[in-house]
Parts: sequence; structure tokens; C-alpha cells
Amino acid sequence: MHLATLLIELGAVIFGLSVVGRLAGKVGISPIPLYLVAGLAFGSGGLLPLAAPQEFIQTGGEVGVVLLLLLLGLEYSAGELVGTLRRQAPVGVLDVVLNGVPGAALALLMGWGPVAAIAMFGVTAVSSSGIVAKVLTDLRRLGNRETPSILGVLVLEDLAMAVFLPVLTAVLAASGPWSAMSSVLVAIAILALVLLIALRYGRHVSRFVFTANQEILLLRILGLALLVAGFAESVHVSAAVGAFLLGIALSGEVAENVRRLLEPLRDLFAAMFFVFFGLSTDPGALPPVILPAIGLVLVGVATKFVTGWFAAARDGVGTPGRVRAGAALIARGEFSIVIAGLATAGGVTKVLAPTTAAYVLALAVIGPLAARLAEPVAHILVRRRRAAAAARTAAAQTAAARTAAPRAPVPEPARERSSEPAAEPDNA
Amino acid sequence: MEVEETRLPGVGLRHDFLTAEGQRIGVVSQRGGERQVFVYDSDDPDACRAVIDLSAAEAEVVAELLGAPRIVERFARLREQVEGLATEGIRLAASSPYARRTLGDAQVRTRTGASIVAVIRGDEVHPSPRPDFTFEAGDKVIVVGTPEAVRQVAQILAEG
Repeated sequence: MHLATLLIELGAVIFGLSVVGRLAGKVGISPIPLYLVAGLAFGSGGLLPLAAPQEFIQTGGEVGVVLLLLLLGLEYSAGELVGTLRRQAPVGVLDVVLNGVPGAALALLMGWGPVAAIAMFGVTAVSSSGIVAKVLTDLRRLGNRETPSILGVLVLEDLAMAVFLPVLTAVLAASGPWSAMSSVLVAIAILALVLLIALRYGRHVSRFVFTANQEILLLRILGLALLVAGFAESVHVSAAVGAFLLGIALSGEVAENVRRLLEPLRDLFAAMFFVFFGLSTDPGALPPVILPAIGLVLVGVATKFVTGWFAAARDGVGTPGRVRAGAALIARGEFSIVIAGLATAGGVTKVLAPTTAAYVLALAVIGPLAARLAEPVAHILVRRRRAAAAARTAAAQTAAARTAAPRAPVPEPARERSSEPAAEPDNA
Repeated sequence: MEVEETRLPGVGLRHDFLTAEGQRIGVVSQRGGERQVFVYDSDDPDACRAVIDLSAAEAEVVAELLGAPRIVERFARLREQVEGLATEGIRLAASSPYARRTLGDAQVRTRTGASIVAVIRGDEVHPSPRPDFTFEAGDKVIVVGTPEAVRQVAQILAEG
């Protein structure tokens, strides 16, 4: 009898997710906020509380985090990470500080304690690379000149996460400030070691793992990822980071194959993870945190916009491109929830989870919309600039005619970017 | 003509250049093989005015349309330059015993006297491949030698 209920309820949840996922696709937003809402609805105190599959969904959700980070690691090679770090380090520092501090400040103001402040720092700092990358592809902006700046910010955030998560895990596990400090040091030392191995011997890891048989490859990678994640967790480096580092170590053909094999699994288990987060959050806890969450959302939109603007400006992109870059980065998603889930499991204040849920719900929806809206805004900027340039040219021409100077030079239409060899005479 | 290469971490590579007519065009190569061909906007030089999405197979067709005549032309010129020299692009079939084996294993020069001067893989050209170069099915192996030797190489690559 128990089995029947388990299967029926689990099936209902997953089928329900397919329905809301389809809805999200139609509206053109990320499914993550809808998965969260589904979780809230099925959880205790929700519309349709389900009891049986909780445990399964919890385990599935934990596997989901491992897979999310493993596939994220597979996206990058160690060389790409180091190269981006070298080029764009100032942007990364600005991004993390500017966006992290409001979250931490809120936690301290509300008296949630220092550990919650560290967690909230991460929750507000990190954009959702999944949502942002998807939006850039959907809006066909991969060729745009601001896109490398945006992707660079995402890479740096992912790297920052690889440092942040072990620190958070260590702090959560520690009993006092001293033990926290030593766990953090141990975690960072292990992290550096693993990263070095990934950089130096990544190719050997890939060769060791590779097999042409897809089925065996799938099992081998999944097993390896869970093993690495488990060991990482046991030394407080955080399971997610272990998986991320494994992903970075794998490169080339193996990475390509594994990505193709694991993507469907990732989608399934990551969905469970978002649902579980929703399940374990009591919807009744939402109303009291709505106001602070709205405040964080407003600040979060502004600070990410500034980050994107700065990142694009630093790469010599013009004003419209800076607007697009700023808007594109606004979305928060999977990481914020991973961090909040970790913190909640580690026993920080109960209000952190609903605050994060509200925060992500809002920004996962606002982010893609803002990115879309940036295009017409950028267009207006372009048109205004073109009009101004035309007016200036006309003014110069009349001035030149009035003074009747022989062949007064006509200024070129103003351009912010100077890397273009010459202004095309299309609208002069 | 200066082609600018930009890494798109997590996505692939972008190449773009300015045509003689003053139009900036580019290609994004995603790691899955999908390509995007695009034309930059002249008003907003950071944005694309037109984007064409191509699957891996479609991109190959376009590449062939744009590139093949030039390669053929180059071969023809090479043949004219040296009398009695044959140049052939041999496609490595999946059934070839040398797919996934190295160029050294095939011992082409020892056995036939012909030289493998380049290998074209997808849109990548590997000029003067070394003996440790590993063949893959679908590679186009460019062989130069006497017509007889080139024929032998084709046979070796097909059957061993």
C-alpha cells in the first residue's frame, strides 16, 4: 500500500512539474520559480500536502545539487577559469562585494547572526548562470560584444562559489570561532590542491574516465561524482564543490559526451532539488519576510545592473550594450537556493529559507524580463545618440557655411567606441 | 584581413572581422557544433542586426559552399605547378582501421612514398601533422605524391 502511495504521489509531483515547466516555456520565463511554487504547494502547510515522497525527493534533491555543479564544472576548462580570472578579476571583486554586502547587511540588521549573514552574502551575490546563459541564447545575443563580459562575470561567480561553499560548510559545521577558522583553512587548502590537480592532471583524469560505451560512461561518471561529492562533504569542502571540481578536471571529448549523457538526469534531479526546497519551506513563513525580501530584490536589481554596466564598459562596449549587460545579469536562481538549502540544513535561522525563496521567485522572473526589456531601451539610446550626432553635424555645417571658411572639417558622428576603424558613412 | 577571436566561456568561440565594405560579420561556434552567423548593427556596433542559427550539419553545408571551391582551386594550382604530382583529399571512413590510430601507425610515407601534408577535421585544418597525430573518422586527409602512390594511400586508409 505504501509503495502505491509513494509512486502515485511521486508521479503526480513529477507530472505536475512537466505541466508548470511547459507553462514557463510558453511564457518565456525560467521554470525554477515555478518549481519552487510547486514545492511550496505540495509541502506541509501548502495547498496539497504530500507525505510519502518527501524522503525520496530530499535524496533526489541532494543528487540534483551534485549534478548541477558537475555540469557547471563541465562547461569550463581550468584554463578558461584561470584566463578569465586574470582578465576580469576587478569585475569579479566588484560583483561579489557589491551584490553580497546587501544580503549580509540585511541578515545582521534583522539579528539573524553572523553565520546567516555569510549565507545571505552568497544568496544575493550570485547570478543564475543557468538562467542568464539561457536568456542570452534565446535572445540571440551570443554574438554581441557585451556577451563575453557577461559570461566572464558568471565564470568568476562560479569560481567564487567554489571558495564560498566550503567556507560556508566549514562555518556551519564548526562549534566556535576558532574551530570555524581552522575548518575554513583546511577547506581552502584542499580546494587549492584539488584545483591544482585539475589544472595539471585534468587530461589524465579524462583519459582514466573515458570509455566509448555510453552506458558504462554514464554509470562511471555518476558514481565518481557522488563519491567525490561525498568525500568532499565529509571533510567539509561541500559536496557541490567536489562535483564542480570534478567537472572542471574533465575536459575535451569526455566532457562533451558526459554533458550530453547527464543533462536529462540533471534536469530531473535539479527539479527535485527546487521542489524539495519549496517543500521544506513553510508557505506560512512567507508573509512576514516579504518586505525585507522586496527591499533586497530592489537593491539586487540595481547592484547587478551596475556590475554588468561596469563589466561591459571595461571591455569597451557602448552604452546600449552596457544596458543589456546590466539587465542580463539580474536573474538569481539555483545558487542562491543551493546556499540557502545548505544554511538551513546547517541550522541557521528558519526565516532565511522563505526570504531566499521570495527573493529568487522575484528575481528569476524579473531577470529574464529585464534582459528582454533592455533591447528597446538600448534602441532608444541608439536613436537618441544618432539624433544628437546628426544635430551636431548639421550645426557644424551651418556654422561652417556661416563663417564661409573654405572646407571646414565636418566632425564625424560621435561614437563611444573607438575600436571601430572608421564610422561607416551610412547615416552621416 | 584581421579575424578577431574571442572566447565565450561555457559557450564556445566567437570570430569576427570587418569586410572591405565596412560591415562587421562574425560566427559563434558552440561546442555542440551549432553555429551562429551574424552581422553587426551599424548603429549599435555591439549588437547583432541579423542572426542565422545553423545546426552542425547546416554549418558544414555552408562551409562547403563557401570554402570548397577555394580548396579545389588551390589543389588545381598545386597540380599545375608540379608536373606528375597528384593531390587528393581522402575522407577517412568510420570503418577505416586507422580511425582513432595515429598517423605514424599508417606508415604512409614508408609504404608508398606519398606525404600527408594536412588533415582537415570539421573546419579545422591541421597542417603538417606529426606522426603522433591521431586520425578520427570523417577526417579529410590531404595526400601529395605520384598518382600511383596517392591511390595506394587511399587504399591503406580504407582497408589497412
